[in-house]
Order: sequence, then structure tokens, then C-alpha cells
Amino acid sequence: MRKAVFILFLSVLLFLMLIPNPAYAKKLKVAFIYVGPIGDAGWTYAHNQGRLHIEKVFGDQIETTYVESVPEGMEALQVIRSLVKKGYKVVFTTSFGYMDPTLMAAKEFPKAHFFHCSGYKTYKNMTAYFGRMYQPRFLTGIVAGMMTKSNIIGYVAAHPIPEVIRGINAFALGVKLVNPKAVVKVVWTHTWYDPAIEKEAALSLLDAGADVIAQHQDSPAPQQAAQERGAYGIGYNSDMSAFAPKAHLTAPVWNWGVFYEYAIRGILDGTYKHGNYWWGMKEGIVDIAPFGPMVPDNVKKIVNVFKEAIIDGTFDPFEGPIYDQEGKLRVKAGEKLSDEALLSMDWFVDNVEGTIPKGAGE
Amino acid sequence: MEMILKVLSAAVRSGTPLLFATLGEIITERSGVMNLGLEGLMLIGAITGFMVSYNTKNVYLGFIAAMIAGAIFALLHAFMVITLRVNQVVSGLALTMLGTGISGMLGRSYIGQVAPKFSEMRIPILSDIPGIGEIFFSHDILVYLTYILVPLTFFILFKTKPGMILRAVGEEPSAADSRGINVYLVRYIATTIGGAITSAGGAYLSLAYTSMWIENMSAGRGWIAIALVIFSAWEPFKAMIGSYLFGGMMATQLRLQAGGKVNISANILMMLPYIATLVAMVIFSSSEKFRKRIGAPTALGIPYSREEKT
Repeated sequence: MRKAVFILFLSVLLFLMLIPNPAYAKKLKVAFIYVGPIGDAGWTYAHNQGRLHIEKVFGDQIETTYVESVPEGMEALQVIRSLVKKGYKVVFTTSFGYMDPTLMAAKEFPKAHFFHCSGYKTYKNMTAYFGRMYQPRFLTGIVAGMMTKSNIIGYVAAHPIPEVIRGINAFALGVKLVNPKAVVKVVWTHTWYDPAIEKEAALSLLDAGADVIAQHQDSPAPQQAAQERGAYGIGYNSDMSAFAPKAHLTAPVWNWGVFYEYAIRGILDGTYKHGNYWWGMKEGIVDIAPFGPMVPDNVKKIVNVFKEAIIDGTFDPFEGPIYDQEGKLRVKAGEKLSDEALLSMDWFVDNVEGTIPKGAGE
Repeated sequence: MEMILKVLSAAVRSGTPLLFATLGEIITERSGVMNLGLEGLMLIGAITGFMVSYNTKNVYLGFIAAMIAGAIFALLHAFMVITLRVNQVVSGLALTMLGTGISGMLGRSYIGQVAPKFSEMRIPILSDIPGIGEIFFSHDILVYLTYILVPLTFFILFKTKPGMILRAVGEEPSAADSRGINVYLVRYIATTIGGAITSAGGAYLSLAYTSMWIENMSAGRGWIAIALVIFSAWEPFKAMIGSYLFGGMMATQLRLQAGGKVNISANILMMLPYIATLVAMVIFSSSEKFRKRIGAPTALGIPYSREEKT
């Protein structure tokens, strides 16, 4: 009796863990591996929107599935293997820590297609893809710079890695362009995802005088902190205005669907070429969310001018002259940073207040 | 000075969800039942509270529903470990998985929604006391609830007969049984109440700290609470100190960064809560008086069975 009930309990658990089940049909089967739950309202949520997008676009031609909250590292390889064995010939792995497992799988299953997000390793059947999030970050910096009254802008940041530092710098350059007096204060939370810590970090910035809160965090908690204090907020990942309608100015957002559609179409046609794809606003993989009602027209106009310029390639946020916090000239006038320099960035521009913990960028 | 007050106030705020969970687990463990499913219970509390608050537009109903849901899930754990005598660690871990999974499933359609929340409610007169008012009496009503709950739990556990019975069951169940105490019933009640209070900590996250639901929003607080139970030597007031200490260290390191005047590596600042916990544990356990009183309930984690007694 005791055992029977316990087994029943375990099987209910198992059943819950198996949802969603892959369906069975002869279509191009596409799988996604997520680092978090699709309900995080952030990073994984945005990737899942991309998955839903290709389901809508390709309808009966494809079939998709996903596995959530897969730990980074070698455990991911088991998940990839089992997916490929179930017939999923296209696998998207959507976090940096899946890079090596994905590469190993690519070598193991030469007939399948692999796509790894945010890394740099590629193979004949493995693509590395990412978006130039710093472009819309720069634009949101313009918004923040024009909306601040205290000239202190808070930035809640997750981990001191080049991706985050690049975002902060682009944002700060946007601020500086329109408001040279304003500073960007950075607080590290050392977590991608912990709503309570994120909110507390935002509150500490608000207490330090910030009246606009930007974030490189996956939850909308910093936005709610801003709204509570009557300040403004700039979200991240996807449009977070629902969480804090009075505060949310805009947000740099991911449109992964644009790339997913391109890749799937290419595979269906047999024309897809694997390689390194670092797309930007031009292709539409990144963008800024619709402006909140409190953003005045002149701000929108300036942002749109720079948006056009970034899209047609006449402007780059990392055009010199750019000085770092120590006053050292990092980018000369008339030059712009190379992709390599962007990918290994470990310094702050001069209007950022905050330090990068040692060991960053390694 | 201003900043210190803000830090201490933040310590109370961010310590409160931990305090609820720690308090719940103390009640449960004092009866001899270990429940490692705190993380799951908090998530159940967070999603239930949010769903009910969202649908009824009544945040109080949401909070009560969260506690009821927590009680039901804790009851499941009680049934597993008390009646069926399943390994308590296994059942507790299963409860965490179950809570994470169910809350995630239930929450799918609530992502991106905002529900009513407990807002700041300054207590007249008390909140005007310089310092103290800012630190303790400028929060939401759930924080004040813990001010009642902590002494109440202490009083019931250590000064009343039901509390004595509960502790006796956790220390010497067979002796309690021979005195005619229904060990099973006491453990059922303690586990259920403990679960309800733990879930209240989860509801604090979705109804007071923020006003939204996102998956796994407890972000490991259930596990920290389990450590705090040991830190607090199973005593409510020390649980309060421990929770605020933990919350406070976190708030301090964030505020030192925001202050921008301190040039300490953020990594070191991040370690502060853990170092503080360790130091406090050393101090607590090196004092003779504390050492005598420290220690888990003797029967903790051991299923009780009348038949096995000879």
C-alpha cells in the first residue's frame, strides 16, 4: 500500500515533467533548448516567442518542441542526443554554456543542424548566432539621457561579462550623446534572475538619486521598483510595459523569430549556410519596444534619426572618440571598434560610475 | 546616517520572505518532521497568492489562499512521511519538484499580468519614531504580521502546553506517546501549519515585493531558509535575526555599489552574507550558554511508528 501510493506519486511527478510531449508526424522537426523556464518573462520567454513565430510562419511544414531549464554543461549533451534520436534534425541551444555540448553533438550527428546562441564556435553543421543588442541599448540610452532630471541613471546589471559591459557602454554613450552631464551608476547583482535582489538593487540606485532605471536582468522587478518610486524604467528582453505601465519608457528587445525564420527557410530550401551570424537592427533581430505615453515627441524623433542611421550603416554606437573611466582614449575619432574588441570588452566608458570586478571578461 | 537607515529598512524587507519560510520550518521541525520542500511550498504560495489576487482583485484573499494552498501541499508531505513513513528527505525534495512544476504550469497564463499588491502602510505614531520608525514601521502589512507571528510562535512553543507537547513529540516521541499524546496528529498539525507559514513567504514575493508572477521567482530562498533554521537553533527570535542579517548583507552590498564611493570588489561584497552567517554561527556555538541550547530536535527526520516499539 505504502509503496503503491509512493509509486503513484512518483509517476504523477514524472508525467508532469514530461509535458510538453513531442507529437509524431513527418515534418521538419525543430527543437529548442532553454536555460530557464519559458515563464521567466525575460531571456527564455523571448526565445520561445521566436519558436512560436516560426510555428506560425511555417505551419504544417515543421513541428517544434522545447526543453526548459536545462543545466549548462555536459548534461545538455544528453538532452541534445535524445532529441536528435527522436528525429529532431534542427536543434537550437539558447545559452552560452551549451556551446561545447552543441559542438560535440554537431560532430556526432553530421546530418543534423545545430544553432548555438551567444557563443563563437562553429562547425560545418553548426551556426553561432547572436544579436547586436548594443545598438538598441544605445538608443534607449538616448531616451534615458533626455528623460532624467537628476542626471543620475541607474543600471541594474547581472554579471560582469563582455556582453553586459558592452550593453552598459552602449547605453552610456547614448546617454552622453544627449546629456553629457548625466552619469550611469552600475550595480551588479551577480545573478541573471532573482526578482527580489533585482528589485533591491534598483531601490538602492533610486536611493542614490537615480530617476531612470535600466537593466540587464531577466525579470521585470527593477521596472516595478522604478514605478513604485515614481521614477522611469527601461526594460530588457521583451516589452515589459505591462509590468510597470507608468514607468516603462521603452526597452531593447530581442526578435529571435527573425533569425529562426531565416534559418528554417534556408534549411527547408536546402540553401542554408552555417557560420557566424551576428545580426543587428538592420536584420531586425534586435529592436526597441514601443515608447511609453510619457516619452515626448522630440525624444522619439532623435531616437528615430539614430535608428535609421544605425540601420543603413551610416552610424555606429562605438564610433570614436571614446574615453574610458581613467580618461584613456580607447577609440580614436573617426574609427570604430572592431567586433573582436566588442566581444572582449572589459572597460567602462567615462560617464559610467561603478567598477568591473576583477576577472571579468575571462 | 540616511543610508544606514535605508540599508536596515531594506534588510527587514528582504529578510521577511526568508523569515516566513524559516518560521514555518521551525514549527515543522520542532515536531520532528523535516520538510526540505520549502522552495516548492514558497512557489506554490507565490502562484496561488497571485492567481487569487489577480482574479478577485483582493490581495488579502490572495494571501489567505496562498497559506491554504501551502497547508494542503504540506499535508501531502505529512501523509507521505508520517503515515507512509517515506524517507523525509526524498519526500521533501519531491515536494520541491512538484511545487516548481505545478506553479510553472499554473502560472503560464499569468505571465505578463499585474495583480493588486500590498502597498506600503506606515503605522501612525510608530513610524514617526526617528530611526526605528523608518527601519521597522514603514513597510507593508505582511512585515508587521511577522512582528506578531515571531513572538506568538515563541510564546506557543515555549510557554504553553500545546507547544510543550509539540516539542516533546520532536524530542521523545515514544515518551510522549506513552503519556497518551497522539504523535501522528501533532506532527500532522505542525507540518500543515508550518507549510502554510512557509507559503506565506512565497506570497510575500508575488504580492508585496513585486506584483507579478514569474517562474521560479523564489530563486533559492527556500534553501537559504533551511540553513537559517539551523543558524537560528530552531528558535523564532534568532530566525528573525538571521533573516534580517541575510537580507541586510545583501542590501548593504548593493547599496555600497550604488553609493559608488567604496572600491571593494563586488565579489567580496557578494560573499558578505555568507561570511556573516558563518561568523554568527561560530559566535553562537562557541558560547557555552548557546551551545547547550543549540541542536536539532532529537527525533528530527525519524519516522515514528507505534508498532516498532516493544
